[in-house]
Amino acid sequence: MNDASRPSPEALLKAAKREARGRLKIFLGAAPGVGKTFEMLREGAERLQAGVDVVAGIVETHGRAETEVLVAPFEVLPRRAIAYGAHTLSEFDLDAMLARRPAVALIDEFAHTNATGSRHPKRWQDIEELRDAGIDVLTTLNIQHVESLNDVVAGFTRVRVRETVPDAILDDAEIEIVDLPPDELIERLKAGKVYVPHEATRALGHFFSKSNLSALRELALRRAAQTVDRHLLEHVQSIGDHGTWAAGERLVVAVGDQPGSLALIRAAKRLADALRAPWTAVSIETPRNATLSAGARSRMASALKLASGLGATIVTVPARSVFDGLCAHILETRATAVVIGKSRRSWWFELRHGSVVDRLVRALDGVAVHVVPVVERGATEAEPATPRPPAVRGMAAAIGLVALTTAAAVTLQPILGANSMDLIYLLPVIATATLFGLRASLVASFAAALAYNFFFLPPLYTLTISDPQNVVTLLVLVIVATVASQLTGRLKREANIGARTATENAALAAFGQRLATVSDEAGTAAAVCEEVAALLNVATVLFTRREKRLTVIGATPADPSMSPIDVAAAEWAYERGEVSGRDSGTLTASDWQFHPLETSLGVLGVLGIAIQGSGDPMPADKRVLFSTLVGQAALAHERLKLEANAREVGALKQRDDLRATLLSSLGHDLKTPLTAVVAAADALAAEHGESATTSTLKAEARRLRRVFDDLVEMTRIEAGALAVRREATDLTDAVAAAAQDLRAELVLHKLVLDVPPTLPLVEADPRMLHHILINLLGNAAKFAPPTSPITIQARRVPDGLTLSVLDEGPGLPVGRETTLFDRFTRVDGDDMSGGTGLGLAIVKGFAEAMDLSVSAGNRTDGGAMFEVKWREASIRRSDK
Amino acid sequence: MMAQILIVDDEPAIRRLVRVAAERAGYVVIEAGNAGEALARARAPVPDLVLLDLGLPDRDGLELVPIFKTAGITTIVLTARDTTDEKVAALDLGADDYVVKPFDTAELLARIRVALRRSESNAGTPKHLAAGDVAIDLHAHRVTRRDIDVHLTRKEFALLAELARHAGRVLTHTHLLRIVWGEAHTGDVEYLRVAVRSLRAKLEPNPAAPTLIVNEPGVGYRLSV
Repeated sequence: MNDASRPSPEALLKAAKREARGRLKIFLGAAPGVGKTFEMLREGAERLQAGVDVVAGIVETHGRAETEVLVAPFEVLPRRAIAYGAHTLSEFDLDAMLARRPAVALIDEFAHTNATGSRHPKRWQDIEELRDAGIDVLTTLNIQHVESLNDVVAGFTRVRVRETVPDAILDDAEIEIVDLPPDELIERLKAGKVYVPHEATRALGHFFSKSNLSALRELALRRAAQTVDRHLLEHVQSIGDHGTWAAGERLVVAVGDQPGSLALIRAAKRLADALRAPWTAVSIETPRNATLSAGARSRMASALKLASGLGATIVTVPARSVFDGLCAHILETRATAVVIGKSRRSWWFELRHGSVVDRLVRALDGVAVHVVPVVERGATEAEPATPRPPAVRGMAAAIGLVALTTAAAVTLQPILGANSMDLIYLLPVIATATLFGLRASLVASFAAALAYNFFFLPPLYTLTISDPQNVVTLLVLVIVATVASQLTGRLKREANIGARTATENAALAAFGQRLATVSDEAGTAAAVCEEVAALLNVATVLFTRREKRLTVIGATPADPSMSPIDVAAAEWAYERGEVSGRDSGTLTASDWQFHPLETSLGVLGVLGIAIQGSGDPMPADKRVLFSTLVGQAALAHERLKLEANAREVGALKQRDDLRATLLSSLGHDLKTPLTAVVAAADALAAEHGESATTSTLKAEARRLRRVFDDLVEMTRIEAGALAVRREATDLTDAVAAAAQDLRAELVLHKLVLDVPPTLPLVEADPRMLHHILINLLGNAAKFAPPTSPITIQARRVPDGLTLSVLDEGPGLPVGRETTLFDRFTRVDGDDMSGGTGLGLAIVKGFAEAMDLSVSAGNRTDGGAMFEVKWREASIRRSDK
Repeated sequence: MMAQILIVDDEPAIRRLVRVAAERAGYVVIEAGNAGEALARARAPVPDLVLLDLGLPDRDGLELVPIFKTAGITTIVLTARDTTDEKVAALDLGADDYVVKPFDTAELLARIRVALRRSESNAGTPKHLAAGDVAIDLHAHRVTRRDIDVHLTRKEFALLAELARHAGRVLTHTHLLRIVWGEAHTGDVEYLRVAVRSLRAKLEPNPAAPTLIVNEPGVGYRLSV
């Protein structure tokens, strides 16, 4: 058995995942006007004709009649109005589409940016959510909006679009190229048949030049071909034939804080695609990183974010230097190629540290080193320098210290002699180096040398040097100044890091201790909110879910004001386990940033943080601390939950054991005599002929059994101990079986079965559905006058399927249609017919357990009607 | 010679009443009050059919089902618990039918009759079967309704043939799926539902109220004869 020919589990998994999600088809064009929307509508119309449920979400007709004609056959979803300042924008209504749940949705302009206040910033994210819900989507896209091609396109068209779509999404989609030769497109443009998007108006003539269009067209074709390649590759992997595919190209890109990192990442993505290689973006965490400015940090973060959006794996490697870390990572992962940006550092820097490129080439045998020239757009932003004392103050201090030393030396000279005076001058040099850094200490060393020369070296009180030994003294002072200032500088930085780590560790330890001492939810919530607020200097709020609603369980300061959008963002974080709100990918209009408290038991809460005014609520250097705090808070909540569960499970188990024993012994004890009663009645009837007595006996025994069954089921419902087993069910089967079981009770009535055999199958637990039907039919038989018809009717309705039991009895008391389903509710006349008042409560309990809804009402032409309804989701599609 | 029936139930009153009814129908009846006794009584003479209560004091009645099956004794299970799992388990272990307590004596006798008739004819599977106005020729793969040929797909015929070979007996979903669609599809109840529906459309006088292929909720199907 050849191991290599086995299908790779990842590939199979990917294929399976693709099948469960809605499929995405992108109509990709080189430029506006090639007819993408037209093609999308045509395919939509074909599917519509094939009987598929197609709904148009967004179709941009740009007011053109020929396109509008094509939209006519579709159901068009109304857009959602969003107030934006004085304007009202209309946007795609994601929730309405999710609720409508068609098989296929048509949504134009994949790269569109949503108005502020929408759930997602980008339309492609809306579409991802639709696909998660199993809806297929047809959409349109121009090649210039593809993230990794953004730079390339901007390079030759000089039009940069900000609306980009991550490449990973394209890889997952079916792509159809909508192609039009450049000449024809230019013809159409001249004829005014092309709607030109806003970004292109500025450079209209240039953008639509023939050479540009040809280049764009080539890019589009290549991108589509690449996706086909990838699908082929996955297919080949999943069938296990690795044959002709060169395995094992692996690409690494080093991400630094240079301003050109984004372009570097995009270049690496293109290279990885060309090599068909998986790629990794590596950031090396060196001690130098601690001294990076906030700007450099955020550049690094956004570079990594872009890389992950383009499908890279992100790795952070701690190391002494960038070079060491990069080499170690490449060797460890056996990467075959590395991409680095061409250093723009000064020749001086390279001389001191050596060119990373040269050293990489030497150190990595067999690894291709790609050096990418990194072109920066705009000036390099001014780096806010690390705060240091103003230079003037340092120099003044240097001179002052030297003057003081000189005064002291002059005083001490009679005692010590002139020869040891050079040592005394080391003091001001070292002091300034320690306190004010290199420049000041250099000034100090020169001043010291001058003073020493002037006051103590013969000839005295001149600045001439007669002895070469004194030149050496001067040099020594300068060297000492340099070395001392560098050493102290490094020491200081390390001490700073150490001090900060120590403070953070102390804070964490205190936090952990405080969490350990509280044992209830309110105490834990208060501890989390107060500590996080104090450590990060932010406002905090903690939510958890109580009875299906998010509830605030702690906040610092107390009583935070929450707008609906804040609550929505918190809901999102809770539901999805993703960060939401400000500076995240979702609901960014919120003032808060919400972090889910994820545990092995799922998300147990959401922690929100906010600061007043603008600004990042999460400074880069606090991120690690914060994520540790969130982790600890999550652990604390998990512990609480586990403790509560343990207590509850103990009690429940005891109760359930008792109940099970009781029910099973009751079952035996009651059914055995019932069986005997029925058998005895049958025996009597056999000997003396069927009489009123024997038939009453049997009917009562049957009724007793049903009452008992109802009691048992009610106990199960109340205990929440219903195990639902859903299976595909044919309603014809279910109705026929119920009618068969109740034939004795229904003997006086005419049963009308109106269940069309063309109805789709539905999901139901067979035993529960049987019980529901028995109870509803039994009810009807009890109240409807003898010989009147009882109808069972099933109907397909737009949003599901209904099954109703209709009788021609007295009907239901008006106003009690809903209370009927409560326990022990009896309708007038029930006493006579001996109901327990449990039957309908069981119908409701079972229906809810199976996710069905029940309702009751009166028919317009007299009689009662009970209806059970399946939602669309629990109907089996027959085309499967 | 009359068929011999072994009644296994721990309740003497029920044994007595069933005995009276069975004897009136002309069967020879022997009784057992627990599992141990039942196994002893089933040895000699070997009964033709066992009525087996599942709630026995010394052993779970389900454990006896495969023993009787191996001995070639037709078994009808009596159960007080109305759970589909127990019925399916009994059928899968080899029981021929089940009856839920409390039962109608007439119905019990009817089930006994069907089960015995089947075990008699079990020696060789019949070539021809008639159910209502439908005739099935298992060898010629031919099905007629009121003497008119009915066209069935391969799966439909395989399903009908399996039901017909065990006419009157409940066959579980799992069993039917395994025989007709293969081991890999024993969970796909949906296939079965769709095939049954189209069989009914072709064979039933009124497909909306089926009388030929009868559903046992949550358990399986039976071809009524």
